[in-house]
Amino acid sequence: MSLRRLGSIVVKELRQLRRDRLTLAMIIGIPTMQLVLFGYAINLDVRNLETAVLDQAHTARSRELVAGMAATGVVHIGRSVSSAQEIDALLRAGEIKAAIVLPADFETRMERRDRPPVQIIVDGSEQVIQAAARQLAAYPVFQDRGWTGNVGGVEVVNFYNPERRAAVNTVPGLVGMILTMTMVLFTSIALVRERERGNLEMLIATPVSPWELTVGKILPFIGIGLLQTTVVLLLGDVLFNVPLRGSLLDLYLAALVFITANLSLGIFISTLTRTQFQAMQMSFFTFLPQILLSGFMFPFAGMPIAAQHIAEVMPLTHFLRLVRGIMLRGADLTELWPSLAALGAFIVVMLAVAVSRVRKRLD
Amino acid sequence: MASAETAIHARGLTKRFGTLAAVDNLDLTVRRREVYGFLGPNGSGKSTTIRMLCGLLHPSAGDIDVLGCQIPRDAEALKRRIGYMTQRFSLYEDLTVEENLAFLAAVHDMPRAKARPRIQQLVERFWLEKQRKQLAGTLSGGQKQRLALAGTVLHKPDLLFLDEPTSAVDPQSRREFWDSLFELADEGTTLLVSTHYMDEAERCTRLAILDHGRIVADGTPQELLAGLPGRTLLVDTPEPRRAQRALRDLPGVIALAQIGMSLRVLARDDAEIGSRVAARLQSAGLTATVDATAPNLEDVFVAATAKPSERARESA
Repeated sequence: MSLRRLGSIVVKELRQLRRDRLTLAMIIGIPTMQLVLFGYAINLDVRNLETAVLDQAHTARSRELVAGMAATGVVHIGRSVSSAQEIDALLRAGEIKAAIVLPADFETRMERRDRPPVQIIVDGSEQVIQAAARQLAAYPVFQDRGWTGNVGGVEVVNFYNPERRAAVNTVPGLVGMILTMTMVLFTSIALVRERERGNLEMLIATPVSPWELTVGKILPFIGIGLLQTTVVLLLGDVLFNVPLRGSLLDLYLAALVFITANLSLGIFISTLTRTQFQAMQMSFFTFLPQILLSGFMFPFAGMPIAAQHIAEVMPLTHFLRLVRGIMLRGADLTELWPSLAALGAFIVVMLAVAVSRVRKRLD
Repeated sequence: MASAETAIHARGLTKRFGTLAAVDNLDLTVRRREVYGFLGPNGSGKSTTIRMLCGLLHPSAGDIDVLGCQIPRDAEALKRRIGYMTQRFSLYEDLTVEENLAFLAAVHDMPRAKARPRIQQLVERFWLEKQRKQLAGTLSGGQKQRLALAGTVLHKPDLLFLDEPTSAVDPQSRREFWDSLFELADEGTTLLVSTHYMDEAERCTRLAILDHGRIVADGTPQELLAGLPGRTLLVDTPEPRRAQRALRDLPGVIALAQIGMSLRVLARDDAEIGSRVAARLQSAGLTATVDATAPNLEDVFVAATAKPSERARESA
């Protein structure tokens, strides 16, 4: 491998990138946009959730309680129903997002405090609503302070999704998702663009080697990936106060390895496809399983064993373990080495396959 | 095989794409310092042959020796010694003239200290001084071709492959471009140029006419022209279109072309053809004078590429 040739590919890529305004805008635009959208969707207080009331008690106190909950602004009580079946139907249809149920023995429960006198049913299929339910669950039903019994005033029944996830999980995960999307996308078109524009025929008639070409195309994007990581982390800190409990160096090392893994995957895709459009399609094809199975959207432990096995080969799965470990649990890389090793293995395999596929021939 | 005097030597060169033989059992010898032309219609196998000779395509069969390298085995070693100018502009449109040349110099492992004066020299030689900082994508057709040629000769290759280098430029630029090619030949470079322009083919020192993946004629332009004695006639008549209809099915006539108000007739080797043409015109009631005329390269091309269908007609 000649350093002069490798360097020339890197410089060329950077020069082309500098003139490619759209890609340049995407480098900063995608992380900023996603972080703001995802971040606010999760952290913003939910107001005016469409809610139905099933008041089977019909007492002054029950009416007062419902009015008090409405006054929090979290719920908007639009209708009153007379049966649990109605609630079921409205929730399924998506007409309401929550329901407040006051049982017939509300007064008795208020006095005896052995069972929660208020039940809130929420549509657990949407994350934001879970967050709202937690707010309502803290509503002081028993007005006297210092109530320490083990029965809360409000029982939250989470429909459709029994497991609640911490919102703070999402921003570290977003680092992974943004890097997955941009890194794979940028490099997947890297080689195929040369082919489409006819540059490849000129390149392969020169002494440039497949390694020089592949590595030269990856190197500039490592810097760009680290830049994106910085943008997300800074915004995460400024806008959402996401904690960093572990070491910043560990975090960047993990990001570096993860970025390289994604770039290797992108280059591999680039060797499989004939047009930039195909490369983009194939990149999106790899995003979906990663987003769904990596633990970004759904808790990993809750997935079927087969899905977990599939997820183990995906870079995002391992990076989520690394980034959540470092940022939220304050773990260091030595404790998280299996994920790091998995990413390393992924890089070696992908790069080797990609380079072996970069043939200096047209057939 | 290749000696010090032979640049390219290929035997039985064949390339099949599926069932189609794009190049079909082709033999080729190009001597050093020649400007060797490939003349042929689109799809005749010119590009495929050039790509196989550069080592970019694997031949389905045949032996290739280029500058003493066995291709495809020694393709990587060969790539340091040849220049290949693709049919389509293949430098980076989003890099400037200077950046493109600097990139190519680095890719060819040229030390920076040597690259800078060489680039300066080429920019001057190919009249790109004013366009140095201009993006290649914004150059005119002729400027792009000159830049591509500069990029191809940057590392001073012994052998140049040029695949239809002038297909996208105006006549003036084509002339200048060919002047540059002859300068390179004078400096000792061997050139293999494909084209479908007759005037360009005429300027080559040797020429092969390709059709359906085969070489159907080869030699110096003079040799090729000398191969058509008495076979080209010029018919002067007030009604050239009627004359054309009258002669269309005359045995021995290969091709008819109206040139202004006269008709050019290309015939198979036949001493009597002149009188038979005159007789046919007379019986059709046309007043016409029939004279022998000197063949041109287009006649050679038409005669050579018409052969297969002629044979088919004879056997039918």
